[in-house]
Amino acid sequence: MVDVPFDTTAGIPPAEVGEVELYHPKSWWTRYVFSQDAKVIAIQYSMTAMAIGMVALVLSWLMRLQLGFPGTFSFIDANQYLQFITMHGMIMVIYLLTALFLGGFGNYLIPLMVGARDMVFPYVNMLSYWVYLLAVLVLAATFFVPGGPTGAGWTLYPPQAILSGTPGQDWGIILMLASLILFIIGFTMGGLNYVVTVLQARTRGMTLMRLPLTVWGIFTATIMALLAFPALFVASVMLLFDRLLGTSFFMPTLVEMGQLTKYGGGSPILFQHLFWFFGHPEVYIVALPAFGIISDLISVHARKNIFGYRMMVWAIVAIGALSFVVWAHHMYVSGMHPYFGFFFATTTLIIAIPTAIKVYNWVLTLWRGDIHLTVPMLFALAFIITFVNGGLTGLFLGNVVVDVPLSDTMFVVAHFHMVMGIAPIMAVFGGIYHWYPKVTGRMLDETLGRFHFWVSFLGAYAVFFPMHYLGLLGMPRRYHDIGETSFIPASAHDLNAFMSVAALIVGFAQLVFLFNLVWSLFKGKEAGGNPWGGASLEWQTPETPPGHGNWGKELPIVYRWAYDYSVPGAARDFVPQNEPPAGLAAQGSRP
Amino acid sequence: MADTALTRQIEPPARPAGWQGIAADWSSDQRAFKNVSWGKAMMWIFLLSDTFIFSCFLLSYMTARMSTTVPWPNPSEVFALNIAGQHIPLILIAIMTFILISSSGTMAMAVNFGYRRDRAKTAALMLATAAFGATFVGMQAFEWTKLIMEGVRPWGNPWGAAQFGSCFFMITGFHGTHVTIGVIFLIIIARKVWRGDFDIERRGFFTSRKGQYEIVEITGLYWHFVDLVWVFIFALFYLW
Repeated sequence: MVDVPFDTTAGIPPAEVGEVELYHPKSWWTRYVFSQDAKVIAIQYSMTAMAIGMVALVLSWLMRLQLGFPGTFSFIDANQYLQFITMHGMIMVIYLLTALFLGGFGNYLIPLMVGARDMVFPYVNMLSYWVYLLAVLVLAATFFVPGGPTGAGWTLYPPQAILSGTPGQDWGIILMLASLILFIIGFTMGGLNYVVTVLQARTRGMTLMRLPLTVWGIFTATIMALLAFPALFVASVMLLFDRLLGTSFFMPTLVEMGQLTKYGGGSPILFQHLFWFFGHPEVYIVALPAFGIISDLISVHARKNIFGYRMMVWAIVAIGALSFVVWAHHMYVSGMHPYFGFFFATTTLIIAIPTAIKVYNWVLTLWRGDIHLTVPMLFALAFIITFVNGGLTGLFLGNVVVDVPLSDTMFVVAHFHMVMGIAPIMAVFGGIYHWYPKVTGRMLDETLGRFHFWVSFLGAYAVFFPMHYLGLLGMPRRYHDIGETSFIPASAHDLNAFMSVAALIVGFAQLVFLFNLVWSLFKGKEAGGNPWGGASLEWQTPETPPGHGNWGKELPIVYRWAYDYSVPGAARDFVPQNEPPAGLAAQGSRP
Repeated sequence: MADTALTRQIEPPARPAGWQGIAADWSSDQRAFKNVSWGKAMMWIFLLSDTFIFSCFLLSYMTARMSTTVPWPNPSEVFALNIAGQHIPLILIAIMTFILISSSGTMAMAVNFGYRRDRAKTAALMLATAAFGATFVGMQAFEWTKLIMEGVRPWGNPWGAAQFGSCFFMITGFHGTHVTIGVIFLIIIARKVWRGDFDIERRGFFTSRKGQYEIVEITGLYWHFVDLVWVFIFALFYLW
């Protein structure tokens, strides 16, 4: 073995990256609003994402009310139900999770964890947020335009997405596509920053193999996003042209309301290929940062080094690469050559290998660790459970013969909510409880946090676990009202009502979380610089919250990996990444 | 002495061989790409992302062209011009391609003179590149006008598959936008070179950072990329 990450005998490498002068804000506006500081941008991203996420949460309540008690709520008609579904899915996947993980966690943690003063191009980084905000505003505007938001489903499949039978055909679909295009432009500006910062602006001693796994996850996810979002961009542009200019990229010859449309000769399947070439990597764009965050949470709160760091890194890279060759498993029922189905089923199942490596390594990190059941740790454990649950149903759906009968049933809904809804949200919460002390200098309230955890975790299970059963019964997704069907027993309706009540309760628990965020900002316990005893660089900043430029006069020097916990013979149960090894400590080169 | 103690400790680890060596190089300290500035790294990664955008456009176009049941208009005929009584197929596109590739030559020379800090020549060559680019866009506008006069629309055309017009306007429009943005950037950077911003380390208007002559090369990277994309569009749309 060469170049082991925790090698303490290596010396201090010479500085390769020159100091770059920071932009210093001169007014309140440039300090807090048009700020170029990645930390402020991160908070702006997070708050915007959570605000629009609340809208999606309310939409999910409305959908559950309709499904649990059909006919009771007269203000939800079939069209609105479809609009709620579409907006809920699109907001949660792109405007909440992608923006929060990459724009929020990425902006805050990357410079701190790699030992940089800021992102490499702070001005572009700032633009990224403002374009994202514009995208969110355009998206929110669809609620107020004539006809309301689009009801095409978050996949926006043509031809139905732009035909007159679909709600939101007037303005909703146009603004949705415009918003997506804006989001991609904004994300690209931020994403380039994250990638270049990780590649080129690390501090002395910080090799890639000493990066915390959080950075690895966000870094890989960002590269994937930079390569996957172009497909969505192109699909959105072409669909927009089909709607606005009357082109027929995706529109075949068809009859609408008894009349032949002006369209002809396009391929709806082409849209599905483009969409899922983006859509499948997107699953891992939200999963990989979650993987990284969970790895760090488990290691810190179990006071034990991460098991198999190298394998964890390679598993992240392998998952990232494989996720580009599995997209058509979303299209088994769309009409494909059977050999393609065979190919995509095989690649899909291969992804289970690196994913399983990660799960085993998390469990082995916990094994005989000094597990502290803090709130972040609880969320991390919940992530593993929900992710394994969703991953196993993924194996079902990855197989063509099993997928075909389950396609478009509630089983699929249960699967993807478990694997890319609940699990990443658990990582988001865990990450927020973990890093909130660094961001604000105060701890989040523990009691409220535990309440929030147990209600969210058990409640989410109460919502989505029975959904698997409903799917196996054959209950279709995207139906406004199931009505009287012979194959769905009456008890299933009771189950639906139960799930809806659970969903309402889970939703209210999120309000407790939001209250906790605000309350702890003023009344929370003082945290100090390193409340969890973390070894990675972000806990070693001279100030908490970190000041402008992150590190006082000099950048830190890294001597070891980020996981030196419970090292035998060490003075404390963790050794910070920037603590010199014994041989160098005598010089007192670092305060 | 602290210094001796420090040097004694520094023993660079043995270079691993094979794949491990490649991984070790890429993951090495501070910079994955040695001697590559942030701006250049960022431009390369952006171009990689942009490659995916153009690939998606071109693949979608090829899908449409291969799957259509209506005959595809013959590009040689559509893009033919009558010059001095001669009917020459693809002549305008040939000239446009020639101009754009020539502009890559002037751009490469501008990069060279930029690193020699020859302000006048660098700025002149960049402006020449911008002029070539503007000529290209102008000829594109002429071509669009001609086709529109002949009845080509995004939703249909007189000669065959409706997707011909859609793909043509979309792809050349998107590429033309790239060229236009490049021309604007070339002019801005040429002005900065001419004014000597990079010698006196004048700060950028938006970023308040000092610029360097390397920005000429970074602009060049973008320009060559836009050229290269045109070669693919030329081959796949016009020559197919």
